[in-house]
Amino acid sequence: MELLEQIAKELESGDDKAVGSLTRSALEQKTEASIILNEGLIAGMQVVGDRFRDHEIFLPDVLLAARAMNAGLALLEPLLAESDTPARGKVVIGTVKGDLHDIGKNLVGIMLNGAGFEVIDLGKDVAPREFVETARETGARVIGMSALLTTTMPSMKEVVSLLKSEGLNGTVRTIVGGAPVTEEYARDIGADAYGFDAANAVERVRELTN
Amino acid sequence: MKHTVDIPVQDVVPHERTVLRAMGVPRDREPGEQVARVLEEARDELRSLARPRGIYAEVSPRDFARIYRGDGDNERPNPLESIFPRADHLALFAVTLGAGVSDRIPDLFGEGRLALGATLDAAASESVELAAERLQRVVAGKARPKGGGAHASGRGAPDARTLRYSPGYCGWNVTGQRALFSTLGPEEVGIRLLPSCLMEPLKSISGVMVTGPVEIHEFENDFPFCSECRTKECRARIQSLRHEAPGIRMPTEGNPNGAA
Ligand code: B1M
Repeated sequence: MELLEQIAKELESGDDKAVGSLTRSALEQKTEASIILNEGLIAGMQVVGDRFRDHEIFLPDVLLAARAMNAGLALLEPLLAESDTPARGKVVIGTVKGDLHDIGKNLVGIMLNGAGFEVIDLGKDVAPREFVETARETGARVIGMSALLTTTMPSMKEVVSLLKSEGLNGTVRTIVGGAPVTEEYARDIGADAYGFDAANAVERVRELTN
Repeated sequence: MKHTVDIPVQDVVPHERTVLRAMGVPRDREPGEQVARVLEEARDELRSLARPRGIYAEVSPRDFARIYRGDGDNERPNPLESIFPRADHLALFAVTLGAGVSDRIPDLFGEGRLALGATLDAAASESVELAAERLQRVVAGKARPKGGGAHASGRGAPDARTLRYSPGYCGWNVTGQRALFSTLGPEEVGIRLLPSCLMEPLKSISGVMVTGPVEIHEFENDFPFCSECRTKECRARIQSLRHEAPGIRMPTEGNPNGAA
């Protein structure tokens, strides 16, 4: 089996040690870092994402695959930074103001990362202005917001309004999600997309950036 | 009067199957070797970090009516408004696993230990439910003294059942947390209410424990807000009342199917 294919397969089975050592071998064979990333790691993660969406595998398997992806990425990142390889696009994510729950947002970040997006994670309790400023400064194309309770959701609307008042609503798109958030709520506040779960969020962000 | 309860940690460690189910893994799926290892590690972390504590206080129907009204944001109609006036006994409660577990989860994510972080998160969510079940047992015991007789005050029929209801569920607006906190004072067991109504530590539950005849707890899930509910847990809870001996279920490590 070709080395890149092997990387993808080991990533799918969540073996971080194998992915690390295969990535090292590929680099020793002078394979370009961006090729290892796209045809090894991201290709493997794409299969993982699809199988997760189709309920063939489940969250623990996805997270083991993500850990394996990170093992490979850690070796590639310094080289990718040098070569300035473009990612699929930058996405700013965070849990909204007043909210401290971040597991859902973290899972969305992991999946977006696995799909090749550069994720700028602002953490939790993020003020509306911080989302907007970060997107402007980094040139991010999407802002992703997560909330746990209905009481913290209104902050999502503030971000959408702020983007509008700053004239950024055409360039920076928004996606919202979290346990109490619904498709209808996303529509009501003028967000560009709603993500039901982490796999769905990746699909929606792909649509927004295409 | 308020009572605080220290809950033994071994009583609130969920079974492996329960954790997997909480992570969306179907019942019949055997975990692979790596997943099983992470599961055991998460349960060990839980055993060493969780400090389950609860607080409860009996309230009169009149006082509860005021607390339940809260900021006046409840959906109308809603099930609890017709349940609690028929109850024999009402007790406000709050329960937590303490800050250790809730703080450890984001730390694990920060360290890149994603699988362990997410598994501990799911295990802790199940665990705090078990802690609430444990506290519910204590409250049910007070509301329905042993021997099947009625409570000294004449309340608590021998076939009475205790169920808990929480702000943020079944039309009780989550802003109801404010009135609940100002009466109960869960700060005593280390739970803080943020202005957004979020409780810190994250792995905490609050609400009211309602004891009364089985039929008072029964309602159809056809309220307008039911269509937006993601859990539909009320069905299983109500069903369990008819199939169980008086009292409540206590899922244990050995009984993965006990959990609601
Ligand atoms: C950027 O784009 C995107 C796209 C997708 C995005 C996204 C961003 N962010 C998230 N997603 C999506 O992808 C992620 C991965 O699949 C998902 O992220 P989540 O974060 O949702 O998913 C987590 C990985 C796992 N899921 C969860 O952790 C939430 C699951 C449910 C069942 C739930 C749980 C487990 C818990 N809870 Co509670 N809890 C519910 C939830 C109902 C439900 N079925 O969703 C919810 C969130 N809880 C609720 C409530 C009310 C409460 N809970 C409470 C407590 C708890 C537990 C401690 C028992 C436990 C853990 C909570 C935690 N997160 O740590 C209380 C609050 C806790 C606090 N600290 O203040 C309490 C207030 C109840 C009480 N009075 O005690 C409800 C909120 C409703 C509201 N009105 O706001 C609720 C929706 C249940 C309901 N009524 O239907 C998706 O939402």
